[in-house]
Amino acid sequence: MGFILDKISADKFLSGLKDEYYIFAPKRFELGGIYSDTDAIRYSEINSFDEIVFDEKSQYSFKETILQISQTIFYFTEDQIKEPNFTCRQKKALIFLRNCDLHGLKRLDDMYLNNGPEDYYYKKLRDAAEFVVMGCENSFENCFCVSMGTNQSDAYDLSIDKQEDKYLITCKNSKLNNILLKAGASSSDVVPKFVTSNNIQVNIPDNLSNDVATSKIWDEYDVRCIACGRCNFVCPTCTCFTMQDIFYTENGKVGERRRVWASCMIDGFTDMAGGHSYRVKKGQRMRYKVLHKVLNHKKRHGEQMCVGCGRCDDICPEYISFSNSINKLENAMKEVTSNE
Amino acid sequence: MDINTKKLKKNAFRVSKVRGITASRIRVPGGHLNAKYLDVIKHIAQTYGDGTIHITSRQGFEIMGIPFEKMPEVNAAIQEIIDGMDINQEEFAQGYPSSGTRNISACIGNKVCPFACYNTTKFAKRIEKEVFPNDLHFKICLTGCPNDCAKARMNDFGIIGMTLPQFDAQRCVSCGACVRMCKRKSVEALKPSNYRPVRNAEKCIGCGECIVNCPTMAWTRSKKKYYKLVLLGRTGKKNPRLGEDFLKWVDEDSIVKIILNTYDYVKEYIDPNAVGGKEHIGYIVDRTGFEEFKKWALKDVELPPETEVCSPVYWNGIQF
Repeated sequence: MGFILDKISADKFLSGLKDEYYIFAPKRFELGGIYSDTDAIRYSEINSFDEIVFDEKSQYSFKETILQISQTIFYFTEDQIKEPNFTCRQKKALIFLRNCDLHGLKRLDDMYLNNGPEDYYYKKLRDAAEFVVMGCENSFENCFCVSMGTNQSDAYDLSIDKQEDKYLITCKNSKLNNILLKAGASSSDVVPKFVTSNNIQVNIPDNLSNDVATSKIWDEYDVRCIACGRCNFVCPTCTCFTMQDIFYTENGKVGERRRVWASCMIDGFTDMAGGHSYRVKKGQRMRYKVLHKVLNHKKRHGEQMCVGCGRCDDICPEYISFSNSINKLENAMKEVTSNE
Repeated sequence: MDINTKKLKKNAFRVSKVRGITASRIRVPGGHLNAKYLDVIKHIAQTYGDGTIHITSRQGFEIMGIPFEKMPEVNAAIQEIIDGMDINQEEFAQGYPSSGTRNISACIGNKVCPFACYNTTKFAKRIEKEVFPNDLHFKICLTGCPNDCAKARMNDFGIIGMTLPQFDAQRCVSCGACVRMCKRKSVEALKPSNYRPVRNAEKCIGCGECIVNCPTMAWTRSKKKYYKLVLLGRTGKKNPRLGEDFLKWVDEDSIVKIILNTYDYVKEYIDPNAVGGKEHIGYIVDRTGFEEFKKWALKDVELPPETEVCSPVYWNGIQF
């Protein structure tokens, strides 16, 4: 059971949605790319279906819509603190994302909700969000969702596929269903699209263990990686942040505490009091990241962290391939086990 | 042999050291051409010349070893190139109508280079359409960013691409890449304050290093393209010197207007006894004073409000 929206009913549907939601989706920022005369595709609030980019992968993931890049935790004066108003958004957020990203959302939940005490700030925005999965007709470059088992998800409120100038929709959410009916969506049999194969496959060896840390495969990244952190920032499952206390310059007794995204690839991530850092070499940082994504997260949460969206490969200025680093693990395990 | 050397020079041929032998200079605005014209150049070189080509320092081609009597045939043969590159012409099949205003040269620009702030070829072609076939001795060069790989500062008009960096503080993760790269590769216009970069607008040269190195797109390019116009650099025996900054954060239209205005200025003030009727603009400005030049150059130019005008401009260079 599903719906078909033509141009007119799609516009009505969207204006119905806008009454109830802030809508976030991948959008083309014309001339917004880092290089001259290039565009960027990243998340933003949108006001029409035409703004949503269906046929390309966004460079940055949906993550920033519920886990802000820089988030003020509280403002402080000498003896008081105050929470910022954003934690009580007036409307819910409706977030357009891919199947892999929906799995990514589960990883964020693992980290922020099911990993000890719930994270208050994450929960506020997370609970006020509903999700629209955008089907993938074809696999994009660098995708390896099928290998990671993340090519399909049913944890959505609405699914949407663009077919020429029409939108094919399935809906699991009664509020959204009503908005669809009000917009005059016509009923139809719809099966959400998803890919069943990628050009890239990865193989995570069954015997993978932290022993692989001593392999020589990490060494090449000492030189190749420039520690820019883009792989972490585009990743839908990287969750690290750091804290900053800002004292306003005019009155140094008041200020704010904020948390900002952190990257395990960037200098300073492992700095400790006294000045020591324990992952200085970039290859060791790569090792830490790879093993978190395809080994250690699973130990605690039962599923691999990496969802195979391939955005880290898409964005790496040094053309380092994360999927290829996974595929080196089998030989690396042979290397370290034969050493014993 | 009776040859009017003044005429042949104006026709983009050369009086060479070998008596009776000339060379044909092909204009390639912006140094970018469809590879099919290489076949035409090859054909001319093998049919009329000595089979070799020199790639000129201004990014054109010089087809060498052509006997004077073959010039009409060469002019007929290069028509395809003149048409293909959309070069302004006065008479069909008569070759280039002038040679004084040199080929507009340019670095590869944002077609390829990640640092370039604009399409240098496109702008070079626009300037070519505006200034050619002026015969006054003007050298114009475009470079994509303040690296100035094209050596724009060695030209009368050097056009250097700039972008006005836009900062979205909410996207900043305090990684420090912009501050570090601005210091190491550029002019140290960024300083950290409260974990975030603060841009010194006076220092910033608009190179875009902060943007290229920002991993979260906290820094992005301005939608509007900006340029720095540097003036009156030159090579030569008398007093070679680098071009000096005249306008920062200027727009394309103003630059075109200023170049065209300068033709009027030179026509008014050029030394009537200049050797070969050619005089570098810089020597004329040395005579009239900068203020007079500026008056002419900025006539009817409406500069964008963000443009900074450097005035007066002084040049140094090598003195003998």
